[in-house]
Amino acid sequence: MKITETNKKRMIKIFVFFFAISSFSALLIYAFSKNMVYFYTPSQIIKQEAPINSFIRIGGMVKVNSFQKSKDSLKVTFKIYDLNEEINVKYDGILPDLFAEGQGVVMTGKLINNNTFVANEVLAKHDENYMPPEVADMMKEKNGDLSNK
Amino acid sequence: MNISKIANLKFFFTNTKNLSRFLGLFTFILFFFGIYWGLYVAPSDYLQGESYRIMYLHVPAAWLSLQVYMFMAITGFVSLVWKVKIMEIISIQCAPIGAYFTLIALVTGMVWGKPTWGTYWVWDARLTSELILLFLYIGVIALYSAFSDKRQAVKITSLLAIVGLVNIPIIHYSVEWWNTLHQGPSVTKFEQPSMHISMLLPLLYMFLVFNVYFIAVLIKRVQLGIYNREKRSKWMEDYLSD
Repeated sequence: MKITETNKKRMIKIFVFFFAISSFSALLIYAFSKNMVYFYTPSQIIKQEAPINSFIRIGGMVKVNSFQKSKDSLKVTFKIYDLNEEINVKYDGILPDLFAEGQGVVMTGKLINNNTFVANEVLAKHDENYMPPEVADMMKEKNGDLSNK
Repeated sequence: MNISKIANLKFFFTNTKNLSRFLGLFTFILFFFGIYWGLYVAPSDYLQGESYRIMYLHVPAAWLSLQVYMFMAITGFVSLVWKVKIMEIISIQCAPIGAYFTLIALVTGMVWGKPTWGTYWVWDARLTSELILLFLYIGVIALYSAFSDKRQAVKITSLLAIVGLVNIPIIHYSVEWWNTLHQGPSVTKFEQPSMHISMLLPLLYMFLVFNVYFIAVLIKRVQLGIYNREKRSKWMEDYLSD
């Protein structure tokens, strides 16, 4: 295919058009990126970046040995953590199948104070690791946990 | 054989009949083995058990939904710059195929999401941007059918396809740029894939199968597109009356 003068002109027009559109959307995304947070992390909450007493989502890993269940109701409490901080969570309802200590969760609810969250809905966040059970057992024996990515 | 010959509508129409039939049959056989490999041979997951197997449809469909879109935009670009008829037809015929792939990715994702996450749908960045992709495909199809002059229509839809190209990196990187419920990439990253090789191989195989399927269906659709555009031309009448 030959590139004639007409082809060149058309190409330039399309490139300019595309450049305009993509910079427009890049700016738009940049401007809204603060408001496009799907969930807050415990570190952000401790740093008081999340509003208290309004509906938000938070996400993190369920802390091992922090899960407590009441005997006569569905009420549960547990802690979630990220790299630096942890938050107490209260929840009254059915947990998803994949919910377990050491697994990720994303929850909707309200912060009642700086480090306590009351959840209305708990969703399990799956990570990107896939392996057969035997391999998982082997890695557990070797490393103590699966977090060696 | 040079490009202008393949780009010739008559040449394409009269020479790809057997190819598309062969590829169609080939897809069927390949798909059968892929399903067997993914659903029976591959081991179950340590955490999700058997439900992860839906990824053998979900992931290739999602990859193809992006790939087909890029293909549609690139052929659209070529048709805008060089006015090659066959590129116009290829570009617009990509749209319905890509829309189906997007729909498959969304529906299988929802079916997987319910047992895994605990919900069918959330408005996180990955799911929302993939839904926008579906609307882009539908937009291209609707815009095309709104014009009676189809060569004019392709000019507009190609531009729309190029505009929508902005969405492609957003879909791909959404899981890294923002906190999303959808997990990060297991395969399409520079480090080692976070998936055991016995699960990864059938996935890559299914990706190949979906590609063969795409080519088979695209050729068939392009033949139809050529027929619709050229049904009144001399060569088509001669060819069909033979």
